Amino acid sequence: MRGLLMMTALAVLPLGVAAQTPATGATPELPDPQRALLPQMVIPRPAEWGDALPTVPEGFTVTAIATGLKIPRQTLVLPNGDILVAEGKGQGAPALRPKDVIAGFIKALGKSPEPGGNRLTLLRDADGDGTYEMQGVFAEGLNSPYGLALIDGGLFVANQDAVVRFDYTDGQTQASGPPVTLTDLPKAINHHWTKAMTASADGRFLYVGIGSNSNITERGMEAEEDRAMVWQIDARTGMHRPYATGLRNPTALTIQPDTGQLWAVVNERDEIGPDLVPDYLAAVQEGGFYGWPYSYWGQTVDPRAQPQDPDKVAAAIVPDYALGAHVAALGVAFSDPVMGEDFAEGVFVGMHGSWNRNPPVGYKVVFVPFRDGRPAGEAVDFMTGFLVDEDNTRGRPVGVTLDPRGALIVADDLSNTIWRVAPAR
Amino acid sequence: MASLSSPRSSLAPARPLHPLHAILLAFLFPLFLGTLASDLAYARTFQIQWANFAQWLNAGGLLLGGFALLWSLVGLIRHRGGDRRRLVHALLLLAAWVLGLVNALVHAKDAWAMMPEGLWLSAIAAVLALLASWTGYLGFREWA
Repeated sequence: MRGLLMMTALAVLPLGVAAQTPATGATPELPDPQRALLPQMVIPRPAEWGDALPTVPEGFTVTAIATGLKIPRQTLVLPNGDILVAEGKGQGAPALRPKDVIAGFIKALGKSPEPGGNRLTLLRDADGDGTYEMQGVFAEGLNSPYGLALIDGGLFVANQDAVVRFDYTDGQTQASGPPVTLTDLPKAINHHWTKAMTASADGRFLYVGIGSNSNITERGMEAEEDRAMVWQIDARTGMHRPYATGLRNPTALTIQPDTGQLWAVVNERDEIGPDLVPDYLAAVQEGGFYGWPYSYWGQTVDPRAQPQDPDKVAAAIVPDYALGAHVAALGVAFSDPVMGEDFAEGVFVGMHGSWNRNPPVGYKVVFVPFRDGRPAGEAVDFMTGFLVDEDNTRGRPVGVTLDPRGALIVADDLSNTIWRVAPAR
Repeated sequence: MASLSSPRSSLAPARPLHPLHAILLAFLFPLFLGTLASDLAYARTFQIQWANFAQWLNAGGLLLGGFALLWSLVGLIRHRGGDRRRLVHALLLLAAWVLGLVNALVHAKDAWAMMPEGLWLSAIAAVLALLASWTGYLGFREWA
């Protein structure tokens, strides 16, 4: 009887009040789509860190190892322990509609006013004490660099328009010359401009994530050619092919140690409610189609995409693990026992944070535990304290990278900081 | 009958709109009609550029029609108790403009999400804009 009363009470609550945090996990609950006349926009404004630091689990320390950067996005830990930081901002897709003009202005309120650096910064901690005493420019004049990968002697950078290659020898602090273009990438409009990248375990291939050119085809179906997919690129010749498609915005890619499996975090579509559609973590299957734009989370049709394609919908793969709607996952990295018992097996996910949900979500780094190589159990907070309250945030996490010496490197593109979270020794 | 017609008999013949008011009022109907035509084209072809055209045409109608609406409302206040047609015209124009505003928000939904509500709103707003223009261009009578 009491249970029945509770259910009735829940049923009369207005939509959106009952659910404070969006559904996560392997089988998230998907509410019915809803869209008010005015889309919800909640943009926490930038706040200063002052003496405050992000919150990390008991037994961990957190330090800012680099500040004053120019929109740091993704990082790469080099074999000698140096850290490369890709800094860039994208040029912004043109406003097509009255709405784009207004929404662009509002979203800019939650971003750093710093123009992107279009460069790679190198950080060095020569004595291994956790303080990065050297900070210098490795290369500049790049075009919104984002994805980074090292394949013996070749440093690959995914600019927003091309994959380029620098020669790299251990200990180098500056590029020895301008990079060589390996292959051009789809760059028209570049609504989602970030080009995530990782290298296969054997070093033969690069995988590059190419986001869609719209939220849900509002720039036209033609604009989506070669978009919303992961490319496999031969690292030697630059030959490429679509590896998996229907991934709306694959913002970070990584290879699973031991198995060599490619994993991605993907940002899903907006404007059908505060709890739709979950951003997700997926083991990217070769030749797989993941639904965008026709459907989400497998076969849930999105009628905003017209004309529909029932065959594609039927073929859509259900992703592995929901990270929550609108969290904006932009970083993913596999952990290692060096991060301590509680975080030995699983992935860290950097969440940039929402702009269209009340209350805001994301704005943190979480840990998704794995068992037998698969996600298992609830994600736990690993790094929080970015959001001061619903109206202010000190930072926005982007890329996360494991330093095999025992630390997680987190890029923060609002406070323009690189954070290092390490087990206390 | 006499009591009904007597107040009207003291009204002068209708005077055309002030030229600037007429110019401002001239935008609303064609722009809203263009919105409707673009919506129809989008509904038939799924070509998104028609939806983009519809949004800008509607926004143009709101901007320029907004000035005409202001003029009409101010005229209504200045000539209180005057020609009843002034009130009818202003109310029609207000209704067309408010519907256009709602239509702008509906059209701001991404891709096909604006259908079919956007199409219906465009049609009703265009009809209201036509009626508002008609009543306006008939001109208003003033007290003699």
